[in-house]
Amino acid sequence: MLKGRYGKHGGQYVPEILMNTINELEESYNYYKNDFDFNRELDTLLKEYAGRPSLLYFAKKMTEDLGGAKIYLKREDLNHTGSHKINNVLGQVLLAKKMGKKRVIAETGAGQHGVATATVAALMGLECEIFMGLEDTKRQALNVFRMELLGAKVHPVTSGTQTLKDAVNETFREWASRMEDTAYILGSVMGPHPFPMIVRDFQSVIGKEVREQILEKEGRLPDVAMACVGGGSNAMGLFYDFIGDKSVELIGCEAAGKGVDTEFHAATIAKGQLGIFHGMKSYFCQDEYGQIAPVYSISAGLDYPGIGPEHASLHDTNRAKYVPVTDAEAVAAFEYLSRTEGIIPAIESSHAVAHAMKIAPKMEKDKIIVICLSGRGDKDVAAIAKYMGVNINE
Amino acid sequence: MSKISNAFKNGKSFIGFLTAGDPSLEKTEEFVMEMVKAGADLIEIGIPFSDPIAEGEVIQRANVRALSNGTTMDKVFETVKRIRQKTQVPLVFLTYLNSVFTYGYDHFFRQCSEYGIDGVIIPDIPFEEKGELMPFSDKYNIDIISLIAPTSEERINKLASCAKGFVYCVSSKGVTGVRNEIKTDLKSIVSSIRSVTKVPVAVGFGISTPQQASDISKYADGIIVGSAIVKIIEEYGNDAAKPLYDYVSELKKSIK
Repeated sequence: MLKGRYGKHGGQYVPEILMNTINELEESYNYYKNDFDFNRELDTLLKEYAGRPSLLYFAKKMTEDLGGAKIYLKREDLNHTGSHKINNVLGQVLLAKKMGKKRVIAETGAGQHGVATATVAALMGLECEIFMGLEDTKRQALNVFRMELLGAKVHPVTSGTQTLKDAVNETFREWASRMEDTAYILGSVMGPHPFPMIVRDFQSVIGKEVREQILEKEGRLPDVAMACVGGGSNAMGLFYDFIGDKSVELIGCEAAGKGVDTEFHAATIAKGQLGIFHGMKSYFCQDEYGQIAPVYSISAGLDYPGIGPEHASLHDTNRAKYVPVTDAEAVAAFEYLSRTEGIIPAIESSHAVAHAMKIAPKMEKDKIIVICLSGRGDKDVAAIAKYMGVNINE
Repeated sequence: MSKISNAFKNGKSFIGFLTAGDPSLEKTEEFVMEMVKAGADLIEIGIPFSDPIAEGEVIQRANVRALSNGTTMDKVFETVKRIRQKTQVPLVFLTYLNSVFTYGYDHFFRQCSEYGIDGVIIPDIPFEEKGELMPFSDKYNIDIISLIAPTSEERINKLASCAKGFVYCVSSKGVTGVRNEIKTDLKSIVSSIRSVTKVPVAVGFGISTPQQASDISKYADGIIVGSAIVKIIEEYGNDAAKPLYDYVSELKKSIK
């Protein structure tokens, strides 16, 4: 039987050398996800270490200014380490520890997943090594320093395009050479089964909280739930609990970079083709021979040529809609939210904010949009300054 | 019986790997013939891929060189056609699944059969997912080579029992590349495989010296050398024919 399928997507396309290891991971996860002590421990960590539940904030000024639907922000940026990544990492590292692993490895794009992994590894006393594209270590130098402060070793990846996809390649290569004592803490709802399932389950806390919070504040479910999508973990976390609620429109915002009609984008749903890569069948930006495309986005976190298999399936069945958002629109939204609400969002999350700015004014005032603010923008300030031509190194 | 079995008819088999299009497809044709002259019993031709996750740095670099030369699947097939006019040595492709999937499973296997490819090694498809390829490999009689790793353990039975052509036994954990020392208990893995199948067992990953080749060939039916060959091509470029001939001859002698 084929495991881990979402429609025609998903699967376990990995070298034989890793099969025993990922089967062992699946068995352990299936055991611990129903284990009372594991769940209690994770719940305590989420509450007392990560700072959950995160706030659901009514963006009053933004709502008034846009003059349409009511806008709520799910404040994942307020989590410890500044993004939603901590939810998944606490779960996976705790699982690794239960499995007796001594060392964790992870890939990172913008550095948020790397920082979260380094943080939790420090907390739980595990050795930690992070693989990050050389190009990304330059644009996210602050996060590299943060990971090193936390005791992790950061390996700049010089192969390929030197960005996130190459960091993923390198982490798989490292895992294939040492799997007995090492867990791969995968950062998004992608990769071979069971990763898309595990990461989605650990991130689904976002949507569960949104449901409770919005019911309490508004007495009903939102009309739109939206989030940015690279691999798609914050979006999947937000969407998952609402998939059965057909009245809730799900929107993923992917990186259109300099435009989907240029070569410089990472808009997988808009421009990608069905393929098999990084352990999964899904949509990928690639050429006519299946060579994976060198994608581009101002946001290192969305700069990935694929999308998680469950998203690909939600797209196929029209349950979720995926829209491209350009760098320019994201930067404008970054500034807009900073000035309007006093919240500096991650450039990734700004893609979702940008789309809300487009659709909210056209919606009735009694409609509700929830935007997942996946992370905070501190890490992006230098990149935005550079984009705007401002020199902040005085 | 597929033609691959011919590679194991005359004693221990030497299997050489190179990346198609490195440094050019004309040179690939020349180097294949040189290895055959030097005694190679089977040639593995790597179809370059942008993200070869099972390869170490040497073969990754060869993939980059080949792709930057404009090497494509269609051009590799054309090269195979020319090679087939000169030799009947068994030929096997090494390719990543996305290349095959995008080309189209039926199209790919049909071409393999028309152009004279005998088998295919796909590092990123495990036993569990092989089902989607089987109808096509069966239809065109192209063997999908089973890989067995030091971590396969209780999976060996399952993997070996459906093996065709030869079993590719991976010598060590990690990715392809030259290793100073191979610590895996290959002897016991090979004997586990032998207890399940009569298909020949070849060992690859990390083999570069005559001593390693000689040691391993004592219990395996063949040895596979990739990175060491690609390294010679990297070093000598267009002039690699002579050093390749010398190297392959030496290794082939060591496994007699």
